[in-house]
Amino acid sequence: MELFGDFFKQLYETSGWNFVIFYDQVEWDRFIVAIWTTIKLIVACLIFSLVVGIIGAWAQGAKSKILRYGMSGYIQFFRNTPPFVQILFFYFVLGNLTPSYDAGGYQEAYIGSFGWAVISLGFFAGAFNTEIFRSGIEAVPESTVEAASALGYTRLQSYIHIIFPLAFRVCLPALNNNLVNLLKTTTLAYGIAVPEMMYTANQIWSDNVNVTEMMIVLFLFYVGLVAILVWGMDRWEKNMKIPGYG
Amino acid sequence: MSDAKKTNGWTPKKPMVSIKDVHKSFGDLEVLKGVSMDIMKGECICIIGPSGSGKSTLIRCVNALNDIQKGSILVEGQEVNDPDLDKLELRKKVGMVFQQYNLFPHKTAIENIMMAPITVLKQDEKDVAKLAKKLIKKVRLGGKEDNYPGELSGGQQQRVAIARSLAMNPDVMLFDEVTAALDPETVKEVLVTIQDLAEEGMTCILVTHEMGFANEVADHIYFTDRGVIVEHGPPKTFFKRAKDPRTKEFLSQIL
Repeated sequence: MELFGDFFKQLYETSGWNFVIFYDQVEWDRFIVAIWTTIKLIVACLIFSLVVGIIGAWAQGAKSKILRYGMSGYIQFFRNTPPFVQILFFYFVLGNLTPSYDAGGYQEAYIGSFGWAVISLGFFAGAFNTEIFRSGIEAVPESTVEAASALGYTRLQSYIHIIFPLAFRVCLPALNNNLVNLLKTTTLAYGIAVPEMMYTANQIWSDNVNVTEMMIVLFLFYVGLVAILVWGMDRWEKNMKIPGYG
Repeated sequence: MSDAKKTNGWTPKKPMVSIKDVHKSFGDLEVLKGVSMDIMKGECICIIGPSGSGKSTLIRCVNALNDIQKGSILVEGQEVNDPDLDKLELRKKVGMVFQQYNLFPHKTAIENIMMAPITVLKQDEKDVAKLAKKLIKKVRLGGKEDNYPGELSGGQQQRVAIARSLAMNPDVMLFDEVTAALDPETVKEVLVTIQDLAEEGMTCILVTHEMGFANEVADHIYFTDRGVIVEHGPPKTFFKRAKDPRTKEFLSQIL
């Protein structure tokens, strides 16, 4: 670590390239916090958006008209408005309407900026996941479902044992795409001061006037994260592959 | 849930499947215009006729995959044309095999056979595994247990589909043009499997274009055209002494 820091310090002194996070303890600590916040944010958003997607796809196939219209309204709203506007709306408008508690002299909201980022981005990506899952469900041949029904399966049983497992395989590539997009979209949490990587990088370059260097760090950081996600999803896709099918 | 099947006072002396004056329409199109037939326990009957004559629709009505507008279908005394129909109860009695096999592609052959008894009948997995192994040998697919449907030929898939239906221990088996998608060589392996079943006393209702098979195995043959039964009888009289001109015309084009 010492050697590593010395290298970047030297680099700064000799060439002017200021990768301050690698030799200054304070900036390094900020950077580490940002890494963890970003990862936590991504994982929470991914999970939340998947849950929304599954429930949404189910609701779209429901008998109740209200539920179906509600779902298409939800999808239209989130698909037709910019995610950045959504995140600001959630935090500043809905955030003001939600309960808060007395935190020793001032009011603290139960849901903070991190929470609102997860909710808003989760719903945003969830709207797309809903459509992706629906396309997968529709790709399962009616005749396969009929065979299950002829064997005495109830609707719920065929969803669990036949439709979802098949639909999931069909929609994995599209899902993969949307989740990569979601990962990158988490940088919008910058707008409501969630201390994730984008926000922190901005703070660091404001303090140290090293925009170019921090931009390079930012790009490499997200390239790395996306690579990990894509690698994981590819492996998943391969594991789920059915011999002789698709 | 007990394994005993509700019979509503049905005894093997009465028809196992009793179809009376069944009418079925898809929108304005009337596909079945008053079809009646009785199938006794242990009988094997074949329904033949040109495409679009309502053969497949008829047997799909027997296990309530299609509903009917008028008439009555009794399966072991249970009325199928009933808004409060207990579909699970019906489908425990009636097994069905389709033209396109419709296996579950994400499960191996043996899993395909085991799934329904475990999920639907809540049977013990170990017992079901034993039964499945027996069935896969019965359809002559020993050694293919762990292959996925995509790795099996059409004929092999169709035999897995038959075993999958048999695993539910049905009293009646419906076969909906099960050899129509197969090449002539694999047709035989599937027909032999069905013949074995019929000879063991399984009640079978087949929709088929295999006249040779119908002649050899069926106890009774029904010829349908445009939603009605034109002529029926045991194979000997049916094939040799068909009376109706429409039947004669149809048979002359095939035989």
